[in-house]
Amino acid sequence: MSIDVETARKVAHLARIRVEEEDLPALAGEFNAILGFIEQLGEVDVEGVEPMVSVTPMRLKRRDDVVTDGNQQAAVLKNAPDAREGFFAVPKVVE
Amino acid sequence: MLDLTYDAPKPKTIAGATGDWELVIGLEVHAQVATAAKLFSGASTQFGAEPNSNVSFIDAGMPGMLPVINEGCVAQAVRTGLGLKAQINLRSAFDRKNYFYPDLPQGYQISQLYHPIVGEGEVLVEMGDGTARLVRIERIHLEQDAGKSIHDMDPHMSFVDLNRTGVALMEIVSRPDIRGPEEAAAYVGKLRQIMRYLGTCDGNMQNGNLRADVNVSVCRPGDYEKYQQTQDFSHLGTRCEIKNMNSMRFIQMAIDYEARRQIALLEDGKDVVQETRLFDPDKVETRSMRSKEEAHDYRYFPCPDLLPLEIEQDWVDDIASGLPELPDEKKARFIRDFGLSDYDASVLTADVDNAAFFEAAAEGTDGKLAANWVINELFGRLKKDDRTISDSPISAPRIGQIVRLIKSDAISGKIAKDVFEIAYTSDRDPEEIVETEGLKQVTDTGAIEAAVDEIIAANPAQVEKAKANPKLAGWFVGQVMKATGGKANPKAVNDLVTAKLGL
Repeated sequence: MSIDVETARKVAHLARIRVEEEDLPALAGEFNAILGFIEQLGEVDVEGVEPMVSVTPMRLKRRDDVVTDGNQQAAVLKNAPDAREGFFAVPKVVE
Repeated sequence: MLDLTYDAPKPKTIAGATGDWELVIGLEVHAQVATAAKLFSGASTQFGAEPNSNVSFIDAGMPGMLPVINEGCVAQAVRTGLGLKAQINLRSAFDRKNYFYPDLPQGYQISQLYHPIVGEGEVLVEMGDGTARLVRIERIHLEQDAGKSIHDMDPHMSFVDLNRTGVALMEIVSRPDIRGPEEAAAYVGKLRQIMRYLGTCDGNMQNGNLRADVNVSVCRPGDYEKYQQTQDFSHLGTRCEIKNMNSMRFIQMAIDYEARRQIALLEDGKDVVQETRLFDPDKVETRSMRSKEEAHDYRYFPCPDLLPLEIEQDWVDDIASGLPELPDEKKARFIRDFGLSDYDASVLTADVDNAAFFEAAAEGTDGKLAANWVINELFGRLKKDDRTISDSPISAPRIGQIVRLIKSDAISGKIAKDVFEIAYTSDRDPEEIVETEGLKQVTDTGAIEAAVDEIIAANPAQVEKAKANPKLAGWFVGQVMKATGGKANPKAVNDLVTAKLGL
């Protein structure tokens, strides 16, 4: 698989990361290097081997269904560029 | 369990210029999981709170915050799966669905694309005319809900409330087994009913706690059967997905409009383009959500913050042993044990609260009569007052008392209606009402006989007419009932009148 400049531009856009036009070829090159490395991993025969999700024998930690958080409107909105009447205010998004 | 077997309903057909078309529909129902806290945070799920007050730093997507799963949500998903006779997957896993939108501050929704917690199940959807569709469930997965954007508070800005962000949803995905708008609505209704019985979703569509995405395509008669035999989708038409509907009526209107739109395209020699559409209830039309098209590249990948979710069979068995009686079983039991009609049993089991009320009213007395009183008198009266069963001013045991009073011939059915009205409006005990108001039916034949004799003696002309035409005996019965304030036993009056007039 090979990433061209067009794909690099699309990936950057989907991630909402601005990449200048002249930087796109280098970015595509980096993608290709990474994918090349992964392709190399793909050569290992893993037939019948369960995918490993953790190097230690851990189990997903669970919580009881109890309300333990919230009621901190001011803290939640503190970093918002714009907040009004308890809401985040953002440039209009309408479908 | 009584076997409730039904024929399948006929698929809805729409006549086009070039012949008949059939509809093929599949639904993705998003049901808010009934829990106190959110799926991955300890913030409350309560509806209608101050904006951004039920928000933890996890929900707000603050850097460094890690999700911890709420076991209550997992239990509710398992319970729902069991209620839909579905396979429970002891191992499931969470994935990230990546997209940017202001109501999703994480920049991704945690969902279960590859390994859902619930696998294949089925739902019997009764159509109320003696037919029922068996709809296959493909899967149920757990995922986070998004927040709410409000667009009409400011001309240039959208306001975002993250209270709903991170609340657990169950996405229930059906196979394309639904064949018409009415079936689609009935299917959503049945899911809602089952989840309300299970207590896993309150089913409140108005608050958005139950919403549906509808996939619609059209095909020619016979094509669907080919799909059924082969499970090969190429026999079916190209589908469009209508997003996010929270009303049964809109679901039906949207499907009908969308099917006709697709038929018009095809008959015009054009193609249906697979896309996401939005239903506009004001204009009664669906339209393309073009802006979503590019964002559709969700780049799913396993969520690195969450290990796979592993549950034990013992735990699932525990949940299974605590399941309540489900609508189909309850309905079958009502028909079998109380001798109710299919219709009455359906009405009474439609909602779990109604069913519980009826059972309490019918306890130790005639179930069929109790059903009549609950359905005809009580439901009618509640509807008039715009009340629900949970705030009924008359309790179930009091309805039971009225039924017992009728059964023991203490009062007639007509007087019972008066007793009901008094009990309903003044919170009094029916037995006490009958005593205090002196409404007890006169079964003492001596007293009735005296009343009959009196009427006969006072109306010789009527007696002659009745002798010539026995149908006129009813007039005497009416007079006697009037004279006794409606308390005489109508049958006893009738017998006496007939005998005295020598008819």
